[in-house]
Amino acid sequence: MTEFFKHLKYVLLDNPITLIAGIMFLVIVVVAVMGSAIAPYDPLASNAALTLKAPSWQHWFGTDQLGRDVFSRVLVATRLDLVIAVSAVAISFIVGSFFGSLAGFFGGWWDLIVGRMADTIMAFPLFVLAMGIVAALGNTVENIVYATAIINLPFYARVARTEVNIRRNAGFVSAARLSGNSEIRILITQIFPNILPPMMVQISLNMGWAILNAAGLSFIGLGVRPPDAEWGIMVAEGTNFIVSGEWWLALFPGAALMLSVFCFNLMGDGLRDLVDPQQRT
Amino acid sequence: MTSIPILSVDNLSVEFRTRNGIVTALEDVSLHVEKGEVLGIVGESGSGKSVTAYTVMGLLDSAGYASNGNASYDGIPLTGADESTLRELRGREISMIFQNPRAALNPIRTVGKQIEDVLVLHAQATRTTAKTKAIEMLNMVKIVNPEQRYTNYPFELSGGMCQRVMIAIALACNPRLLIADEPTTGLDVTTQKATMDLVQELTRANKMSAVLITHDLGMAAAYCDRIVVMKKGRIVEEALVEDLFKRPKHPYTKKLIAASPGPNSTLAELTAISEEMETKNMVPVAPNFVETAGEIKGHRYLLEVIDLVKEFPQRNENTSILSWFNKNDEEESAFRAVDGISFTLKRGESLGLVGESGCGKSTTSSIITRLLDATSGDVIFDGENITTYPTDRFALLPQRAKIQMVFQDPTDSLNPRHRAFDTIAEPLKRLKKMRSEKEISVQVNELSAMVGLPVHLLARFPHQLSGGQKARVGIARAIAVDPLLLILDEPTSALDVSVQAVVLQLLDRLKRELGMSYIFVSHDLNVVRLLCENVIVMNKGKIIETGTADDVLRRPQEAYTQELVAAIPHLTFI
Repeated sequence: MTEFFKHLKYVLLDNPITLIAGIMFLVIVVVAVMGSAIAPYDPLASNAALTLKAPSWQHWFGTDQLGRDVFSRVLVATRLDLVIAVSAVAISFIVGSFFGSLAGFFGGWWDLIVGRMADTIMAFPLFVLAMGIVAALGNTVENIVYATAIINLPFYARVARTEVNIRRNAGFVSAARLSGNSEIRILITQIFPNILPPMMVQISLNMGWAILNAAGLSFIGLGVRPPDAEWGIMVAEGTNFIVSGEWWLALFPGAALMLSVFCFNLMGDGLRDLVDPQQRT
Repeated sequence: MTSIPILSVDNLSVEFRTRNGIVTALEDVSLHVEKGEVLGIVGESGSGKSVTAYTVMGLLDSAGYASNGNASYDGIPLTGADESTLRELRGREISMIFQNPRAALNPIRTVGKQIEDVLVLHAQATRTTAKTKAIEMLNMVKIVNPEQRYTNYPFELSGGMCQRVMIAIALACNPRLLIADEPTTGLDVTTQKATMDLVQELTRANKMSAVLITHDLGMAAAYCDRIVVMKKGRIVEEALVEDLFKRPKHPYTKKLIAASPGPNSTLAELTAISEEMETKNMVPVAPNFVETAGEIKGHRYLLEVIDLVKEFPQRNENTSILSWFNKNDEEESAFRAVDGISFTLKRGESLGLVGESGCGKSTTSSIITRLLDATSGDVIFDGENITTYPTDRFALLPQRAKIQMVFQDPTDSLNPRHRAFDTIAEPLKRLKKMRSEKEISVQVNELSAMVGLPVHLLARFPHQLSGGQKARVGIARAIAVDPLLLILDEPTSALDVSVQAVVLQLLDRLKRELGMSYIFVSHDLNVVRLLCENVIVMNKGKIIETGTADDVLRRPQEAYTQELVAAIPHLTFI
């Protein structure tokens, strides 16, 4: 464990971009966990006397049309957005790498079926597919998670398939066969750990994308419903007021969205370095 | 030496910036190449021979820089020269042949076009005359049917032909200096001989100078005029080729010469001068190991291979859209990698399986280890026909432990995410069903002592180990479950000569102490002779010649074997 932290320290200090991304990630996680505790106001409490006030020392990000504090709402929304993104990515990682690994390892029919399923999903405009899924399954947060997971599945399946495939005939796999491992065991204990570094990059990039996707769905009114605080919805509500000059309603949740996506995109390489034993010298 | 040397390097030092600070790759290297001379740079991996060549060519990686000294070509300084000067020199005056010809050629351009590119770039030809010149070049490097080969892509050519194309590209503009960086690694001995003879002939005909970088002393002896021996970034000895081999001065040179197996050397001689190897940590084998291997009696032969055939489906040459509809055509043409071979192996005997790449020796060994299913034929191991079990079931049978293998590439055969300890423990856990952590760790420590691997290295990942150490981990893993038969698939081809010598001795000692039988797969007859009593020579899936190792090497009967033996570069001066 101490070795892991030593390595973590090295990875963070080696590359300033990873360090910045790491700090941003830490801030996002802290806000997501403590959001409601550190928010200065109740994110749902409306105040008719204080509607549409510009940013000030009392209300850093201003107030919205119902007099709710935008800053508090942005903080609280972090948890919901992150939970949607993390669970969607987790589902697509687990399911996608499961089928992708089987396709890459056994080839033949597995490869054919998994490959064509992935192609079929990819043939749709992905956002429209997600909209369709949420519309068909019902307008809930869970279904946003499932929809986001489904449209990301092919990416994981494909990366896993390729990475397993190129290692299928490696010397260490033959050696594991000689050591009396069954095929499935070889796939799980020998090959799968080796495909984690490229998968990590995929996860990190995909995470930012999943947040955008979830926000996008709620922007058009699917999934999260008012008055719940969520970045996409807040931007959607804020757009009505931009023309009349109340820019802060849309700007701040939009900036939060942008920064978190930015953070996940930057983190990819660092995550790969973290799980790659070759980097541990 | 009144004339100006064509290439001179004075007190050159090169450093690399790495994550662990600055690493010195070259230190105070001085050498020169006279006009018309072939200089050999000899040394083991990491000795800085390639760095020297790259610095001269101005191709150093961005982390590397010359910290001291300089190099100059015919009076023109090379170190510190700007890119455009270097670009003018490269290709036209100095050219280079790289280690891996297939990687050095652009895979999506025809070879003819690639030769043309160089000609046009250095204004040796215009687009209109380039084609005839390119075909001329292909002809010069003795490629049969150059008009047709002109339109081929690199993947359609064999390794030897790719290297010829590389030579054609390198010589296209009549350079005055040719640098060849391990030009024949990965090529068969007969191809190696043909390639090097060609290089020699062409450099002589064009009065070129050449630098030959190699780890193979035999090759350096055969093709160089003068040799520079490098070790850890320094030049330790420089002498005319005859003096170097007859009267080596530096102990390192002596060690290298001793470690290169010749037709007469014995295993003990290989490391007569070795001092810094880890041999002292080796312990004699524990008695329980000897017991298990020595006392099994019964069948006369440990292994009987009867009429073994392996066919691989082959795609038709003229595949067209039509063949989608009549698939039967395609199935008919099958490539026979192993074509009806039979041989036997007694207990405690070791057998060499020799041949060039593509002769079916690796396929044969994969079938015997049950990593591959045979098309037909039987493998009777210890009185039981093991070809009756499918490969995926065999992994779970008790017989699995009896046949083990040491792989060709020690890097590729170790899981990069497993520490050396886990790698050696794997067969103990799976095949011997050992469960207690303590028992396993005792066994692993014992095994690593047997193969001479220091215990503190067990906690390392493969990329933190040297080639020789990785080879030891691979051997320890293979002998962990007391196999009766150990298949060695070119176990030393990726190792330096001095490491090879130690590994060969280790294998020989283990054989005597554990009573195992070996099948030693190799292309190097000199190495095979050291370890095996009997040898089988294979070509195109068939057995060409069998006999005792000495007979085959000294008195080869078949033409193919004679050619093979003649192609081995020898240290002719000893």
